[in-house]
Amino acid sequence: MERFSPQRQAASGLIALVNARLFDPETELDRQGGLLIEDGRISDLGPHITAASAGAAEIIDCAGRLLAPGLIDMMVFTGEPGHEHRETLATASRAAAAGGVTTIVCMPNTDPVIDDVALVDFILRRARDTALVHVHPMAAMTKGLRGEEMTEIGLLSGAGAVAFSNGKASLANARVMRNVLAYARDFGALIVHHLEDPDLAKDAVMNEGEVSTRLGLRGMPAAAETIMLERDIRLVELTGGRYHAGQISCRASLDIIRTAKLMGLPVTCGVSINHLTLNENDIGPYRTFFKMKPPLRAEDDRRAMVEGLANGDIDVIVSAHDPRGAEGKRRPFAEAADGAVGLETMLSAALRLYHNGEVGLSRLLRALTATPARLLGLEGGRLQKGAPADLVLIDLDTPWIVEPERLRSKSKNTPFDGARLEGRALLTIVAGHPVYNYANAGS
Amino acid sequence: MTFAAEPSIFAFPHRHLLGIEGLSREEIVALLDLSEEAAKLSRQIDKKRDDLRGRTLINLFFEASTRTQSSFELAGKRLGADVMNMSVGTSSVQKGETLIDTAVTLNSMRPDLLVVRHHAAGAVELLSQKVDCSVINAGDGSHEHPTQALLDALTIRRHKGRFEGLIVAICGDILHSRVARSNILCLNTLGARVRVIAPSTLLAPGIERLGVEVYSSMYEGLTDADIVMMLRLQRERMVSSLIPSQREYFHFFGLDYEKLARAKPDALVMHPGPMNRGVEIDSNVADDERSVIREQVEMGVAVRMAVLQALARHLPNR
Repeated sequence: MERFSPQRQAASGLIALVNARLFDPETELDRQGGLLIEDGRISDLGPHITAASAGAAEIIDCAGRLLAPGLIDMMVFTGEPGHEHRETLATASRAAAAGGVTTIVCMPNTDPVIDDVALVDFILRRARDTALVHVHPMAAMTKGLRGEEMTEIGLLSGAGAVAFSNGKASLANARVMRNVLAYARDFGALIVHHLEDPDLAKDAVMNEGEVSTRLGLRGMPAAAETIMLERDIRLVELTGGRYHAGQISCRASLDIIRTAKLMGLPVTCGVSINHLTLNENDIGPYRTFFKMKPPLRAEDDRRAMVEGLANGDIDVIVSAHDPRGAEGKRRPFAEAADGAVGLETMLSAALRLYHNGEVGLSRLLRALTATPARLLGLEGGRLQKGAPADLVLIDLDTPWIVEPERLRSKSKNTPFDGARLEGRALLTIVAGHPVYNYANAGS
Repeated sequence: MTFAAEPSIFAFPHRHLLGIEGLSREEIVALLDLSEEAAKLSRQIDKKRDDLRGRTLINLFFEASTRTQSSFELAGKRLGADVMNMSVGTSSVQKGETLIDTAVTLNSMRPDLLVVRHHAAGAVELLSQKVDCSVINAGDGSHEHPTQALLDALTIRRHKGRFEGLIVAICGDILHSRVARSNILCLNTLGARVRVIAPSTLLAPGIERLGVEVYSSMYEGLTDADIVMMLRLQRERMVSSLIPSQREYFHFFGLDYEKLARAKPDALVMHPGPMNRGVEIDSNVADDERSVIREQVEMGVAVRMAVLQALARHLPNR
C-alpha cells in the first residue's frame, strides 16, 4: 500500500496522481489517466498525465484504482456545540476523511441551535481550526427550531449557511412553512425538510406493521411522511421556493416526488444510506442501533428507494450520521435515542448496490458528489479542470469487516457492526492535501 | 410429593422466560403439566416445599401491579425461596439511573431469579443480557406477558381437556395488550383457532399476519366460540380518541348476555384482571357460572411455581 504515498517530494507544491481510473460522475468521464493538482485545485487531467510527464510534481501512483471527486454528505449531525462527548467537528471530520467524504454539511440542531450569524461563524472557525475536511453549516429555518419565527435567512446565507432546515422535526405550521419557502426564494436559499407529521408520529419508534405488532412497539405509518411531503409540495407550488426532502423512506413518497418533478417544481429529495441497505427486520430483538428517524421501513420500501436512486427520482444519498453514546442507546428500544453513525461506512455500504447490479456506478457516485454540490452551490463534486482538488481514490473490491471500536467517530453506534462490506476509500485528498491514507491508517 | 417425581424428567432448556415466542409446543405442555401438580399442592394444607430453599427471588416491578406481583411472591415462598419485592417508587430508577445500571446493581446482590415488569417493550430482554440470574418476564410494555398466557392455557385445558379445534375469541384492546400477544402465540402453538375482536382503532397493524381471524363485530366474532377472553380497557384510550366513550364501547364491545349467547352454550368467560365492570364486561356475566376468572387467579400461582421450578435447574451460584 506504500504506493499511495508520494514517491518523491516536490518543491513546487504540485501533485500528480497517475495511473488512475479517472471517474467524473457528472460528465460520465471514465478513462485511464492522471490528474495534476496545483494550489489545491485540479489543474489538469487526462491520459497525457503520466509519471513521465509530471516533471517536478510529487507523484502518487494510483495502480489503476478509481479516482473520483470526494463525497459531499449533506446531512451530518455532530455534537458541536453542546454535545461534544458524542462528536466534535474534528472527530466527525476524521470519520469523514476515512470514508472518502471531503465535505460535510452539519445540521443545525445543536445546543445552542445554529440560528444566528455568530453561530455560523463559530462553526466555520472551529472547522477551519480543527477539521480535516470542508465543513458547511446548515442553519435553522426557524429561531430555536421552534417552528414559529423564521431566521435571518439572508444574513445567514451571507455568513456561509448553505441551506436551511428544521432539524429532526417537521415544521408543522403550514403558514410559517409557506413564509419560509417564499422568503427563502428571494435569496435562492435551499430548504431541507424532515418529513414527519408530529401527531401521526407521536410516540412512534419504528415502522408500523407486522414487525412493530410482534415487538409490541408503537409504529409510524408511511402516511406520517407522505402527508407532510404532499403539504410541502403544495406550498412549493404556491411559493416557488427551492425545496429538498431531506430523507424519504417509503415507496409512496417516491410517487409524490415524481409527480412534483413532472410539474416542474424545484423539488429534490435525499435518502439515507441506511434506508438503501437496511430494513425493519434488522431491528430483530430490539437492537437500538437500528432505531432512527425516519424509521427503517419494510423491504419493499427499501427496494423502492434503490429503484428511485437508480432511475434518478432520488437525487442525493446522505449518511444521516448521528453519533449517540451508550447513555442514549443502551436503553429499552422505545426510550433509546434515534440515529446511527455513517460517515465511515457510507461509501462502502453504497457500493453494495453497485456490486449487486442495482445501481450504476455513475448514478451512485453522482448522488454522493455532483448533485449535492449543485443543490448546495458548492464548487466541489467534480473531477474537472479548475475544480477544487477534493478527491477520493476508491478500491471497489477490497472486502473488509466493520469493527465499531476502530471507527474514528467518537460514538460507535453503527448499524453495520460486523457487516462485511466490499470496497473502500484508499486515499482522501482535501484541497490538494492528503487527509486519509488507508495504507498508513492501519484499518 | 407427586410434584417433583414425574415432571422432573422434563428439562426446560431455557435460562430465562422472556416470552411465549420461542417456546415449543412440548415445552408449553410440559410447563402446564408441572403447573397442574403445583395446583394440587396449593390446595393442600401444607403448601410448602423446599425446592428453592436458599435461593433469592427478586420481584422488580417498574410498573404497578397487585396480582402478578403477589402471585409471584406466593409462588416463590411456597417453593421455599427468599422473596424480595422492589417497586419503582422506592428504587433509584426515579433518580435517573438507567435500567442497565439498576440491573448491574441488583446483579451484584447475587439473586437467583429476577421477575421483571417494565413499561417498555423489550426492556426485560435487555435486562436479561446484563445479569447472571434467570429472568422471568412479568410483562414488558405491549410485548409479552408469558405467565398470563400459560395460566390462561392451563385454565382452558382444565375445562376443555384439549386445544385442537377450540375457537378462542380475544376481545378488546388488542393494540396495547401484551396479554393478547402472548395468548395468540401460545394458543396458536397449542392448536386452537384464535380470533381477535376489536374496533379498528384498537387493532394492532398487521395482526392477521400472526395467524388470527380479525373481527370488528362481537356478534360475528363470538359465534360458536368455545372461549371468550376479555381484555381490560384503560381509560387513557378515550383521551387519545381511540374510542368515543365508555358507554359506546360497552354497547358494541362489552360482554353482556346478549353477545355471549352467540358463543357455544358451554363457553368459558375469561379476563386477566383487573376488571372494569360495566366497561368491558357486564357485572353479572363476570360472576356467571361460565366465568372462570377466579380460577385464572388460582392457576396464576400454580403456573408461576412451575416456571420457577423449570428454571431452577439453570440457576447460578451452584
